[in-house]
Order: sequence, then C-alpha cells, then structure tokens
Amino acid sequence: MFQLILSGLAIGAVYGLVAMGFSLLWQTSQTINFAQGDFLTVSAVLIVILVGSGLPFPLALLLVLGAVALVLGYIYKRSVIQPLIEKDPHSIIVATIALSFLLRNSVSTFWSTQTHRFPITLGEGTYRLGTVALSKHHLFTVLIAVALIGGLQLFIKKTKTGKAMRAVAQNREAAEILGIDIQLVTTIVFVINGLLVAFASILVAPTYMVSFSMGTTVAHKAFYSAIIGGFNQLHGALLGGFIVGIVESFTAAYVSTQYKELFVLILLIATILIKKQGILGTEEY
Amino acid sequence: MQLPASNKKYILSAVLYVAAVISVPFFVGFSPYYLYLSTLVVIYIISVMGLNITLGYAGQITLGHAAFMGIGAYTVSILTLRGWSFWPAFLLAGLISLLLGAIIGLPAIRVKDHYLAFVTLGFGSIIFLFMTNEEELTGGFRGLYGIERPQIFSLSLSSDRAFYFFVASFLLILTAAGLWLLNSKWGRAFKAIRENEKRAEMVGVNLLAYKVAAFAIGSLYAGLSGGLLALLMRFIEPTSFPVTESFWLLIMLVVGGRGRFEGAFIGPLVVMVLPELLRGTEGLYFVLFSLISLFILIFWPSGLAGLLETLFEKVFDREMPGLTK
Repeated sequence: MFQLILSGLAIGAVYGLVAMGFSLLWQTSQTINFAQGDFLTVSAVLIVILVGSGLPFPLALLLVLGAVALVLGYIYKRSVIQPLIEKDPHSIIVATIALSFLLRNSVSTFWSTQTHRFPITLGEGTYRLGTVALSKHHLFTVLIAVALIGGLQLFIKKTKTGKAMRAVAQNREAAEILGIDIQLVTTIVFVINGLLVAFASILVAPTYMVSFSMGTTVAHKAFYSAIIGGFNQLHGALLGGFIVGIVESFTAAYVSTQYKELFVLILLIATILIKKQGILGTEEY
Repeated sequence: MQLPASNKKYILSAVLYVAAVISVPFFVGFSPYYLYLSTLVVIYIISVMGLNITLGYAGQITLGHAAFMGIGAYTVSILTLRGWSFWPAFLLAGLISLLLGAIIGLPAIRVKDHYLAFVTLGFGSIIFLFMTNEEELTGGFRGLYGIERPQIFSLSLSSDRAFYFFVASFLLILTAAGLWLLNSKWGRAFKAIRENEKRAEMVGVNLLAYKVAAFAIGSLYAGLSGGLLALLMRFIEPTSFPVTESFWLLIMLVVGGRGRFEGAFIGPLVVMVLPELLRGTEGLYFVLFSLISLFILIFWPSGLAGLLETLFEKVFDREMPGLTK
C-alpha cells in the first residue's frame, strides 16, 4: 500500500514536472508543446552519449542543460513559435507535432533504434521502515522533484523575472503596456521548460531505459495530468501529475496493467467535459 | 429531375482529380509494388479528404482521425471473418464511423482548439487500447489474418489491378460527394464556423448541427478508407492506427494544404511517394520531411496547394479556375 503510494508519487512527480513546463508554455505563449516528450528523449540520449564518451556525469549533465536551454528553449522559441504565435492555434499544434517527428526520427536515424541503459541510478534497493519497504529510487525521485518544484515556485514568487512571468500569464496586453518585454519573458519560459524536462529525463531514464520513443508515454501522461489538474495554474498541473501517478499505480495493482491507461483517459475526457479548465484551473477569456 | 449546371461542374472536376490520381500507375508502371503503393495512396487520399472536411473547412481540430480508420478496418475484418459478406460489413463500418464521429463531435460544442485536440487524442488512445487488448475480438497485437476481397458480379478483386480500380471508383464517388458538399450550404456553414464562430452563430448557423456533421462526415471518410485498407492488406494490426498515425494524417493535410480541396490529394501523394524516389535514405527521409513540414508551416501555411495557386496567379495573372476553398 505504502509502496503503491510512493511509486505513484514518484512517477506523478515526474509527470508533474513535465506538466508544469507544459503549463508555463501555455500560460505565457498559448503553445501546446507536442514535442515535450521528445525534449525528454533528446536530453537523456545526449547524457548517454556524453557519459559514454568518457565525460563524468555532472559535467555531461551541465553540458546537456546548456544545450537544451539554448536549442530547445531559445532557438525553438525564436524560429518556430514566434513566427506562428500570431497565426491560428492549429498551426502551432501541427508545428510542434512536426518538431516531435523531427527529433524522434533524428534520434532513431543518427543514434540508435535500440534501448540503452542510463549511466547512473538514483539509488538501488530499499529502505526498511518497520514492515514497509521503500524503494530508494522512488524516494529520491520524489525528493529531487520536490526540490525542483520548490525552486521554481520560489523563482516565480520572489524574483522580478518571476513576477513578469506571472504578469504575462495573466494578461499579455496589459503586461506589454506596462513595459514588460514579452518576447524576453516568453523566451525565458521556454528555457525553463527545457530545463525542467531535462531534469525529468534524469528521473525517469534509470527505470524507463533510454530509447528514441521513451519520452512519448511520459509526455502524454504529463499532458493528461496538466489538463486534469488545470493547466492554466501551475499548481494545477502539479496536482494533476500526482493524481495521474497514483491512479495509475493503483489501477495497475488492483485492476489490470493492460488498461491502466484507460482510467486516466476516462478521467481526462470527463474533466474536459465537466470543467474544461481542470480541477484547479480558472476561467479563460 | 435535371442536375443543375453547377452540379455537373463538380462531377467534372471530381473526374479530373481522380483521373490525375489514377494515371499514376500508367506512368510508374503496373508492377505489383507500384500498384500496391498507388492503392495505398488512394486510400489515404480518401482519409485525408475527410480530415480536410473536419479540420480544413470546418476548422475543428482532431487528433483521433486514424482511430476511425482503425474502426472501419476492424469492423470490416471482424464481420467478414465471421461470414458476413463485404457490402453489409462495409456499410456498417461506415455507419459506425459516422455515429462515433458524431459523438466525438459533441464535445466540440463545449470546447475548441487545444481542449478539443486533447479530447480527440484521448479518444484515439482509448480506441488503440481497445484494439490491442480485446484479443478475442481484435486478435490483440497479432492482428487479424485472412481477410477476403469481395467479388463484384463476376469480377474478382483478388487481382491487384482490379482492386486498384475498385478503390479508385470509391475515390471518384467520395470526391464528387465532397465537392458537392463543400460547395453547398453545408460547405458555406463550415467555412463560416472556421472563420468566426460567434459571427456564424449570429447569422443563424446552427453550430451544434454543423460541428457534429463536420466530425461525422470526416470520420465517415476515414472509416470507409480504413475498410478499404483492410481489403488491401488482407490483414490488420493495431500498430497501423496509433495516435502518431493521426499526427501523420494531420501533417499530410497541412503539407498538402488545409482548406483547399487539392490539399488532400497532394499531401498523401507527396508524403507516400517521395520516400520511393529517395529510397535508401530510409530514416533520413523522415528527418528531412519533418524539417520540410516545419518550413511549410512557418512560411507557407496554405501548404503546397496554396503555393501552386500563387505560382499559377503569378504566371497566368489570374486565379486558378475550379477551386473549392
């Protein structure tokens, strides 16, 4: 029982991280990033390649974070999203899908179609607490995710940039009139999203293994999480992540592994039809 | 009853469209492989034409289009394998797609754009789960084998050439129907909703009816194309209809040109025939293609069809005739 809750929380925390990035992008630029999962794949693959070529893990991580921030944050925002943002919302959806295919096929063509082991683990084995066994991997996943989420919350609450992000999310035009550089703020948000997803990739890669399609499932679950919890609110996306994680681990244990996705999907469709903004979401105009 | 002159026009342009497509094997040859590829392209044109009605003309995004192809393919396969003859099975496949499409259209009243994208994505995922897990009905991941092609009068469709023309005749019928629909009051209502939903409602367009219709008709096209796909392959498996397949259909339409009738023809033709010309490049082709799709989206949102129209206007200094925009 505790095991189930912990493993649900662990995977939920990962969904939550990816969902928060997704929610940030939505709030500041109305972008639904269907390439989110492939961002995750690319980060994990780059780490495997760098560590494989002899770099120590922390250095590899640092390089990857830099590359992700530059390419999947800055360049992505400038070259793909910015030209399309003023056009119709369908174009952005299809463009992120095309980018997703681009990244996925690049990985399978230029790297490998095989599954690879991730070079580090977050701890193997279990801690025993009386009669309860707690997996170290799950425990550390939750701890790292909570630290990242806390850091992000602090950044948004306390810094001037964070304040500007909130202003842009609330009202783009008003923020612009008040002299906030919207393009800059949006670019920063894209960079933060890239970093969040890169960190999420380290949390899932040890158990999911690294392959060109590893990110897809995680990203879909993260989308569902964001929508169920309410993706125009950051804590909504996070709540959604935990809900999806726990629902999943319980249905897998008590109902059926084959249909563990079904409950989440039904929850998703029901949410949209009952309260489309999600559990914590607020009305959009 | 005499057909009004305008209807004759649609039949004529439908014949022209389809003639252009059917002529392909006459150029590349009737070798079994090219014939198979041409049949596949025709089937995908039918599906993308449906997507064009839902997304291109009525402006309703859907990420579950491939699921309807799956529904059509599985309905035809399951029923004919249990002894039904082809026509009732095919009709039922169309009917089920139409009804399910209408049901999927209902949420479009309450939600749009990204929310609608996610409802339809959820639907597509549920159908995929169903196809992989209901083994008694669908054969699970192993799929279903031994689907027989029907006979029409005394003509057997087991020859690939006969089957190609059989599929092409469906393309002709569905193209004429699509052209008629889009140039009728329905088409105008669809476009009014796409351009400005509130304004359309204000001038008296029944949003509920037309949105549901746009989904139902688009899904009907997908279902029928799926039924034909099952006959072409003679075996089906769930991995032909995952959510990513819906993404591909979307990209085919956007590259071809959404909201332009030729778009549904150009898209599948380019997406499926180009890899043949670039054979040997395999994965690299998909990389290049995704890159090209991104460029098209950013620089020519009206797709290759739009590009063609612009070229025509530049060269001949007048609008391309016979367009259904």
